[in-house]
Amino acid sequence: MTTIDATDAVAKRPVRWHIAVFLAPAVLIYTAVMILPLIETLRLSLFNVQDGQSIFVGFDNFKVLFGDDRWSVSFWNALKNNLVFFVIHMLVQNPIGIALAALLSLPVLRLRGFYRTAIFLPTILSFVIVGFIWKLILSPIWGVAPFLMDLVWLKPFFGPWLGKPGSALITVSLVSVWQNIGIPMMLIYAALLSIPDEVIEAAECDGVTGWAQFFKIKLPLILPTIGIVSILTFVGNFNAFDLVYTMQGALAGPDGSTDILGTFLYRTFFGFQLQVGDRSMGATIATVMFLIILAGVSLYLFVIQRRIRRYQF
Amino acid sequence: MSKARSSFARSGFVHLALGGYTLLALFPIFLVIANSFKTRAGIFSAPLQLPNATTFSWIGYQTVLKQGDFLGYFQNSLIVTIVSIFLVLLFGAMAAFALSEYRFRGNLMMGLYLALGIMIPIRLGTVAILQGMVATGLVNTLTALILVYTAQGLPLAVFILSEFMRNVSDDLKNAGRVDGLSEYTIFYRLVLPLVRPAMATVAVFTMIPIWNDLWFPLILAPSEATKTVTLGAQMFIGQYVTNWNAVLSTLSLAILPVLVLYLIFSRQLIRGITAGAVK
Repeated sequence: MTTIDATDAVAKRPVRWHIAVFLAPAVLIYTAVMILPLIETLRLSLFNVQDGQSIFVGFDNFKVLFGDDRWSVSFWNALKNNLVFFVIHMLVQNPIGIALAALLSLPVLRLRGFYRTAIFLPTILSFVIVGFIWKLILSPIWGVAPFLMDLVWLKPFFGPWLGKPGSALITVSLVSVWQNIGIPMMLIYAALLSIPDEVIEAAECDGVTGWAQFFKIKLPLILPTIGIVSILTFVGNFNAFDLVYTMQGALAGPDGSTDILGTFLYRTFFGFQLQVGDRSMGATIATVMFLIILAGVSLYLFVIQRRIRRYQF
Repeated sequence: MSKARSSFARSGFVHLALGGYTLLALFPIFLVIANSFKTRAGIFSAPLQLPNATTFSWIGYQTVLKQGDFLGYFQNSLIVTIVSIFLVLLFGAMAAFALSEYRFRGNLMMGLYLALGIMIPIRLGTVAILQGMVATGLVNTLTALILVYTAQGLPLAVFILSEFMRNVSDDLKNAGRVDGLSEYTIFYRLVLPLVRPAMATVAVFTMIPIWNDLWFPLILAPSEATKTVTLGAQMFIGQYVTNWNAVLSTLSLAILPVLVLYLIFSRQLIRGITAGAVK
């Protein structure tokens, strides 16, 4: 900031201190609490403790994380689960969100405000509340889920889903979908509302209505918003932690089948039960998560966003 | 005639789909709240019924209020959330004003720098944040949480508020300058009141993740005196897993404030999403 003021002074303008005053608090807090710790975490991933001293080890931590069986088995497992978690969100949450938004944005719909408010409600609840609610409902002890399934003759299909390694991850992902569906719904609903009436009227004059109108006219127009929704889902999923921790504990059981990068980072960095916390490996995992998110965001900003055709009204 | 009937069928289908999903969204919440007012026998024998004369009971709430310091947790959550929102709004608006109002070298870079945090989650810096908080003696204080949440909320606040401040008329500000108002007065007296709706939107957006966060309270401030509601509920339920009355009551207590706030602010929130976020 001093350079800014200096150049201004050279230009024979009074030093505009107020700019610095306006910027300083935000920049200071943001830099001190967010940017510097982030950089420090990246730096720590290149160091490890040997004989009580922190020494530079280059990329050794990453080699251990990717290749040493003590770490790599858990890491690849967590990464794979995280990918499944993300794919389920993309395949279930976003299409249902788009469908709900499309229904909500239909003209002359009664109870629109009620539906909108109600469907968005789970999104504002904390993961802790949502996690426990579903844990109770799905619990074979309480029997609410089997009872409800009996009403639609599906009872034979009920099982203790959260307790089985084969189904636990899918169940947790679907609970997360249930909670987060409000975000794609609202963003896409907003995008659909912003389509000008003339475009829709022109389509109707040409006889394009109903399903065809949605797929041929509206969907191409909301593609940029679907892109935003996808990248938000990506960032949110690869940094998720709370829901798995609440529903399945820090060990992300059964047998690590719901372990994602967030819970893996927590156990590694903070330690759990017999495992002692490891700062260097924690920083290494955080760095890998950072690189994954950065890659996703860059792919979106520099490739996908530029390819999507935008329409100006 | 046939057209009218088909449109009737169509709207029936639409309401069936939306109503069905609404049921799916609300039913679990309803189930928990209804059962929190029942005896243990009532919870298990008829989970889907509303509490009646024989099954009604306060026992869950009594256990919770006796065992856990929920008032204290609420107080902590309130302090953290309100102070963080206040700082995010104040500092965010100041920075947004500087970025949108003045041309200076580095303006664009500064804007991009501040926008980085919209996409990169602050959680990834946790290792070093904890280290820093230990070094400054802020572990297990509400200050630590407030600092983290302020930093977390600032990027989006600056981004949204500067979009809105660009739309404030230049004539108004220049008239103020001609009248001899200082830049600070122009910001505080002329611009801030005009972007108040945007501030409300930012406040709601900032509030939800702060109130609901489990990660930072768990890592930075897990002591009994600094637990937030989210962490308190998490740990309390963990201890009382088998006491269904207590668990259901705790969940209801944790839902209630969010529900009330949501019903008050939902219009604001939805208008905010529909106007500001999709640009």
